[in-house]
Amino acid sequence: MVELFAIDARADLSAEPDLVLGPDEDVRGHAGLGNHRVIALAFPKWRDGRAYSSARILREQGFEGDIRAVGDLTVDQLVFLKRSGFCSVAPERAIDRDVAMRALARYEFVYQKAADGRQPVWALRHGRSAA
Amino acid sequence: MYLYDEIDQAIVDARVDEFRDQVARRLSGELDEDHFKPLRLKNGLYLQLHAYMLRVAIPYGTLNSRKMRKLADIARRYDRGYAHFTTRQNVQYNWIRLEEAPDLLAELATVEMHAIQTSGNCIRNISSDQYAGAAADEVDDPRPWAELLRQWSSFHPEFSYLPRKFKIAVVASEADRAAVQLHDIGLQMVRNDAGELGFRVFVGGGMGRTPMIAPVIREFVAAEEYLSYCEAVLRVYNRYGRRDNIYKARIKILVSELGAAEFARQAEAEFAHVKTLGIDAPTAEVERIRSFFEPPPFEAGLSDEVELLDAAFARWVARQTFAHKAPGYRIVNISLKAVGEIPGDASAEQMELVASLAERLSFDEIRVTHAQNLVLPHVRAQDLREVWEALKGAGLASANLDLASDVIACPGLDYCTLANARSIPVAQRISELLAPREADLGELKIKISGCINGCGHHHAGHIGVLGVDRKGVENYQLLLGGSGAEDASLAQILGPGFDEDGIVAAVGKVTDAYVARRQGGERFLDTYRRVGAQPFKDAVYG
Repeated sequence: MVELFAIDARADLSAEPDLVLGPDEDVRGHAGLGNHRVIALAFPKWRDGRAYSSARILREQGFEGDIRAVGDLTVDQLVFLKRSGFCSVAPERAIDRDVAMRALARYEFVYQKAADGRQPVWALRHGRSAA
Repeated sequence: MYLYDEIDQAIVDARVDEFRDQVARRLSGELDEDHFKPLRLKNGLYLQLHAYMLRVAIPYGTLNSRKMRKLADIARRYDRGYAHFTTRQNVQYNWIRLEEAPDLLAELATVEMHAIQTSGNCIRNISSDQYAGAAADEVDDPRPWAELLRQWSSFHPEFSYLPRKFKIAVVASEADRAAVQLHDIGLQMVRNDAGELGFRVFVGGGMGRTPMIAPVIREFVAAEEYLSYCEAVLRVYNRYGRRDNIYKARIKILVSELGAAEFARQAEAEFAHVKTLGIDAPTAEVERIRSFFEPPPFEAGLSDEVELLDAAFARWVARQTFAHKAPGYRIVNISLKAVGEIPGDASAEQMELVASLAERLSFDEIRVTHAQNLVLPHVRAQDLREVWEALKGAGLASANLDLASDVIACPGLDYCTLANARSIPVAQRISELLAPREADLGELKIKISGCINGCGHHHAGHIGVLGVDRKGVENYQLLLGGSGAEDASLAQILGPGFDEDGIVAAVGKVTDAYVARRQGGERFLDTYRRVGAQPFKDAVYG
């Protein structure tokens, strides 16, 4: 039984993904992705980082739904997943929820703008919003 | 020197906390070694032959006395009194105990240092010109740009699981003292015809198993957009770099398989999109960072004259010091290559001495070079004698910069689990053999790697030595004609390999052949390029 949990407020845990894209599939080549409530991006191996780019591109294209990471995932990827635009996670092996929440809360500041809406350090330093 | 604000400090402290948690989970058995390995590697902790090794980042090779003293303190308390400076301007400690590693990182954090991304398939420590801010030939100071890259690349969410490691170097002069053409991205600061500051971008260089010199992918990207351009290059690589074969996973393979023009086209298309996302830091942030690198208060009206009282001092001044942009100042190179010693190693006492010299006589600045030496960037000409005397007393006054005994060598089989052969003893024997003649031999860069991964940069050596395993026996290949400078070239294998005695003798014969054929003031590399490999083959194998 794969356990599903949210890492971002945009998660839509009641919805099942009707589309699972592998890391080698170009999210720019798919038409109509905006119609889905959930798009799942597969991690056949944790080492394979292509889906981080896929998720960011989906967000850059304006996708507002749930982007779900599925597959070989560990707690130490959660921050990167969330920052790249994922909002829910369905890991093959269970992830301890306390450890996960601690990991997600650990870094108060981020150095770069990504797909999670967080202000990069330079915006904080200069009181300027990175809209 | 860049100083952390509370934000930088909070990030590094959080990393220590995270790593402490990961080590605790490993020690309790909750994490097995398979899952722990990528985590410890992201923090520069390798399991070597005898113990753990920790690689600490020295961003763009810059240190001050406080950091250097802490590095010495750590050498004494966690290693066996030594630190090892590497070809990527980092420092490594051997003999580290896993349970102590989080404390070590916490100590580093107290002096604004870390081991973040010093290993793993992510963006590694940003390297740069060791003469930055001191050289007369730079169009701008590369350090603020390197610091901004350090921040942008730290915990970058999209690029933390790249196909393979990723190395970026920045220089700001035509002279290339950081081997930018042998990096995944090499950035060279230039001004365009309108006088605007920007970067020439090289992509897809590297050493290792498949050495390549990076082509220019873009002649000019405006400084205000260089982060977006790097982001675009990284995104193309992250999406399309090969993941089926670890030996073909570096960006150099993608660039060479696509061709430079097609790679540039893809990067350009991504750049057109990425630069609309607001990724580049605003001018105010560039200026904030730049303010940490203001020139120190150089005294005006100083003389460049140095009283050369004796021959040994005169030799050292001529060999180890370099022109400074401020009148009356010199850049001082400190050799970590005393003949017979381990290249790049410094004792805690030596490090403390360098710290105190920097504090008193170099505006508290120290640099680490990719050739495994140290630099005091701003020394008054009138203080050179005092610096030399102090260095001499600590075994640091070798006058051998870029000469035969200034050998670059990786740790090799004495420490490293990847190595096939020992590098250190070969380096020591070659330097002992050639040191007596090195003044006559002139510039001669000898670089030794103990395996194909090439940490000793053998492909960029005027003379390169590569240790391999041949049926369980250490065997050494001889390569000639490489350069990691602005005239970059890849060294080529001369012929069949040798045992340890054989390679030392062969390097000796190569230098004899050079002396017999050189014309005028030709360096070894010039002679080799003019006459080709054959005379050297004849000398070595004839």
